[in-house]
Amino acid sequence: MELYTLMRQFADSWGLLYMMGIFIFVVLYTFRPGSKTYYDHAASIPLEEDPKNDEL
Amino acid sequence: MDPISTLIYGGLAFVAALCSMYAASQAQDTVFYVHMLILTLAFGLAALALVRQCSFQTVTNEPSSSYSDSIIRYGVIATMMWGIVGFSVGLLIALQLAFPSLNLDLPWTNFGRLRPLHTSAVVFAFGGNALIATSFYVAQRTCRVRLALEPLAWFVFWGYQLFIVLAATGYVMGSTQSKEYAEPEWYVDLWLTIVWVAYLLVFLVTLIRRKEPHIYVANWFYLGFIITIAMLHVVNGLAIPVSWFGSESYSAFSGVQSALIQWWYGHNAVGFFLTAGFLGMMYYFVPKQANRPVYSYRLSIIHFWAVIFLYIWAGPHHLHYTALPDWAQTLGMVFSIMLWMPSWGGMINGLMSISGAWDKLRTDPILRMLVAAIAFYGMATFEGPLMSIKAVNGLSHYTDWTIGHVHSGALGWNALISFGALYFLTPRLWGREAMYSSKLINWHFWLAMLGIVIYASSMWVSGITQGLMWREYNDQGFLVYSFAETVIVMHPFYVMRAVGGLMFLLGGFLMAYNIWRTIRDERAYDQPVSQVITVGA
Repeated sequence: MELYTLMRQFADSWGLLYMMGIFIFVVLYTFRPGSKTYYDHAASIPLEEDPKNDEL
Repeated sequence: MDPISTLIYGGLAFVAALCSMYAASQAQDTVFYVHMLILTLAFGLAALALVRQCSFQTVTNEPSSSYSDSIIRYGVIATMMWGIVGFSVGLLIALQLAFPSLNLDLPWTNFGRLRPLHTSAVVFAFGGNALIATSFYVAQRTCRVRLALEPLAWFVFWGYQLFIVLAATGYVMGSTQSKEYAEPEWYVDLWLTIVWVAYLLVFLVTLIRRKEPHIYVANWFYLGFIITIAMLHVVNGLAIPVSWFGSESYSAFSGVQSALIQWWYGHNAVGFFLTAGFLGMMYYFVPKQANRPVYSYRLSIIHFWAVIFLYIWAGPHHLHYTALPDWAQTLGMVFSIMLWMPSWGGMINGLMSISGAWDKLRTDPILRMLVAAIAFYGMATFEGPLMSIKAVNGLSHYTDWTIGHVHSGALGWNALISFGALYFLTPRLWGREAMYSSKLINWHFWLAMLGIVIYASSMWVSGITQGLMWREYNDQGFLVYSFAETVIVMHPFYVMRAVGGLMFLLGGFLMAYNIWRTIRDERAYDQPVSQVITVGA
């Protein structure tokens, strides 16, 4: 098979599946049970008081 | 820095200066000769500065215990100055389009050479410095750790300015590798690659040394931007120089492959440089200025991954109705349209972060600027996918509509959020309570807003008129208008556009004055508006 055809077929079959799989996993992982408290803390990171210089 | 490594770095800079001097002596053309002389001067000055800094006295550990903010102060000034330069050249070329005699009949002041000077000055010099400075600021604060590899960080700052100077002088002398937004020739590309890898290292090591277990989402966007730009720049810049001592080169790609790689680069310069990087700014400065956490942190993560997964495929929409295979054109269009979702998700996330603090919009011109930036992010990312639809693109492509679209994104989103960040950073970095004058910020805001509206709407009218005139056939199948006739019709809109640009530039001058006075004067000229109102009530 021609290299172009081979790569194109791979890209729109397994390649597409691989990309979609990772993306769906990431989305599902973000909504995993118990993630809310974790992300609530993460959201407050910029708002927490800057540490004093000697604490760094 | 300890004296030994200072001397070693100084020695390296000296050797680099000697190599540049040798290269200048072997130069095959004027551009290369001038550039090597610039390099000799730059490396020579760096060597001198480093050797002068070298001190064998015992140093106290005082500075290393706080955040490294000196480099960010430099970044704020550089952003401000390059912004003024970029906006000024933009105004000049806008006037050149309206009044061609302003080309002055000189090669160096020709529109064709000044246009890349304008785009690079605003995107890479103004935007790039804003990104580097804010990324260093945000990474330190959200990781609660001092900037890593500081000498390298200084190299990134000065090396990036050197890249800008080489690029800008090259354009004026007529040097280009003919790739839009990637015009600098091979040796300037190589220099940028070195600087960019150093930038990645500094940012990455800072993240690795973080004291906060979670990597805050703004850093994800910054990191995504740095890595992707490295990849895009290296692949698109692949070229074979004609001579090791000449400025000319040939691209490693040709024909439609070259075009596709160019727009894979070009559109992701928009997607990752002008979007992902600036979203990093949004996710830090908006919560800080509103004093509210991100509306939905989960949405911000999905925003990140969706932008990363989708943007990279959108490039082919720049090549509709060309020799690019039809399926690739459709793919670019489909992915562009899918980008509506994460873009608007991110916009909603940014805007909703202000819920509970909307009253501050009345009194806080900095927050107003940030909110307007997010609104323009939403508008530009709505218009973009619309224009990527083949049928719409058939009308809009090659017309001023595209220019209007780009500027509503660049002026509305990128510049406004950068201005907001500069106004946020300046008082904090120079130990002032507030900006010198919040009235001037307000003036800047309205000048910029009005300027953008005049710019974008005149370009819509001009672009759609142009597109319709180009495709107007008579009943015998002949084109109705000659090209010159369409140019005459454009004239009033080009004048209006220049007026919009002038207003935007005036706003930039107000900002520069305000920042300068904030740095110089300990006390503010007027109280922040919010305090005045509290006192009055």
